[in-house]
Amino acid sequence: MGKIHTRIGSGIRIEMTEAEVKRDLEAGTEDAAGRAKIPPLTEDELHYLFEIHERPDRVVGVERGKEVCLTYDSCTTKIKRAHVSISKIQSLQIFERALGADTLELAHIDYSYKPVKPIVVFEQPIMEQALLMTIPPLFYGAMPNLGLYSQPDGPCPNPMDLLPQGKIAEGRASFEEAIEYAVKDMLYVGSEMYETGADGINFDTTGAAGDAEFLAALKAVEILKKKYPEMGIEMGMASEFILGLHGELEYDGVRLAGLYPHDQVRLAQKAGVTIFGPAINIVTNKSLPFNLARSLTYTKACSETSEIPVHANLGMGVGGVPIVISPPVDALTRASKAHVEICRLDGL
Amino acid sequence: MGVGDPYGMHAAHAIVSGMGGIRTAGDLVARLQLNRAMKIDTAKKYVADKLRVSVADIADEVKMREVREDMDLGTLNECPGVAKGIDAKFRIAKLLDLEINCVNIFKQKVSFGF
Repeated sequence: MGKIHTRIGSGIRIEMTEAEVKRDLEAGTEDAAGRAKIPPLTEDELHYLFEIHERPDRVVGVERGKEVCLTYDSCTTKIKRAHVSISKIQSLQIFERALGADTLELAHIDYSYKPVKPIVVFEQPIMEQALLMTIPPLFYGAMPNLGLYSQPDGPCPNPMDLLPQGKIAEGRASFEEAIEYAVKDMLYVGSEMYETGADGINFDTTGAAGDAEFLAALKAVEILKKKYPEMGIEMGMASEFILGLHGELEYDGVRLAGLYPHDQVRLAQKAGVTIFGPAINIVTNKSLPFNLARSLTYTKACSETSEIPVHANLGMGVGGVPIVISPPVDALTRASKAHVEICRLDGL
Repeated sequence: MGVGDPYGMHAAHAIVSGMGGIRTAGDLVARLQLNRAMKIDTAKKYVADKLRVSVADIADEVKMREVREDMDLGTLNECPGVAKGIDAKFRIAKLLDLEINCVNIFKQKVSFGF
C-alpha cells in the first residue's frame, strides 16, 4: 500500500499509510461527535474524505456548481500585514479586482471594537469613498475582544486575577461590568459605520474571552438589528466551544457556557445575525485527516441546524487548516473543498 | 475565511470554492445572503431568475461577463461609460429588488430639489 502525504496541525509534512489515514478520520469524527453529542460523519462521507486525502494532486477544488460566497475578517489588514504599501481603499480594490472577492471588509489594523471607537471618524471617510468606488457588499468588521476591558488594558478588575484567588463573585461581577462597556462600543461603532453606508457589520472571533464575550456580542446584535432592521450582520466565532469563564450567563434562557456550534448558531440567528461562522480549532499534534474529520463533524451539524447562511471559518488554525501564517495550499484546498461539499456550506 | 497570507489563504479559497465576485455573480449572491439571510441555493436561484440565466451560468466567467456588460452591472475590466462603483450598485439594487444601504444614503444626499 502506498503512502499518503499529509501534515499535522502545526503544518509539518508527514507520510501516513492508508490504514493510518482511515483510522484518524474515524477518530476525528468520533471525537467531535462524542464531545458535542452530534452524529459522526457517515461511511460515504469518510470514504469521500479519504479519497480527497489520497489524491496526489497538490490542489483540489469543489465540483462545478457548488461554488459558495466568501466573506473575510478584514481585507485591509491582510494586505497591510503583507507589507504592501498601499491605502485601505486600494487593498479593497485588490480583493475586488484581483482576488475574486464576493464581499469586502474594511477594518482598523487594531482589529477590536474598543480601539476603533476613538478613531471611527477617520474610518468613516474611508468607508464613504470605498463605497463610491467598489461594487461588492462592503462590511465593517472588528472583534468584540472582551479582554481589552480588564485591567491593565481596561477599567474592570481582571477576572483572571480574581478567579484564581477564589474571588468567584467578584470575577463574575467584573465580567458583567465588561459586557456593558463592550456592548456600548460595539453599538457605537456599528451604528456609525452603518449610517455611513456599510452593507454589514462583522463580529469576528466572537467568544474568545468566553461566555461573557458571546453574550456581549449577542446583545449588541440584538440592539443593532432592532435599530436597523435591514442591517446585514455576520458573526464569526473563536472556537468550537464557549468557555464558561463566568459560567452562569444565559441568553434567551439558554446557558452559554459549553455550547457547541449547532447550538451557538440558534442563539445567533435569534439575536439577528444573518451570516454565522463556526470556528473549529486545530489540534496541532494530530494529523490533518483527524482534524479535518473533526471540524467537518461540528460544522456539518451547525450547517444542518442553521436557518441562516453558514460561512465556516477556514483561516490559519481553524477548520482543518494548519496553524501557519502561510497556509500550505495542499492542506488548505482540501479543507476548503471538504467543508463546502460535505457540510453543504453557504460560504467560507 | 480567516488569517493567512493573501496567496495561501484568500487566492486559494477563491479558486477552490469561491463564486468569483464581480468576475461572475458572486457579489450579487452575497447580497442576498447578507441582507435577506438566504441560503446559497435559494440566493443563486433568485439571482439567476433576475438575470434571466441558468444557475450554472452565474458562476461562469464568460457568460457573466456578457450579462454584466449587457445589463451594465459593473465589470472587472472597465470600459469608458460603463457603470462603476456606486452607479453599478444603483442598477444592482433595482435589478435585485433590494435595499442597498449606501445607495439609499446617496439618494438622500442628492435629493435636494433635483
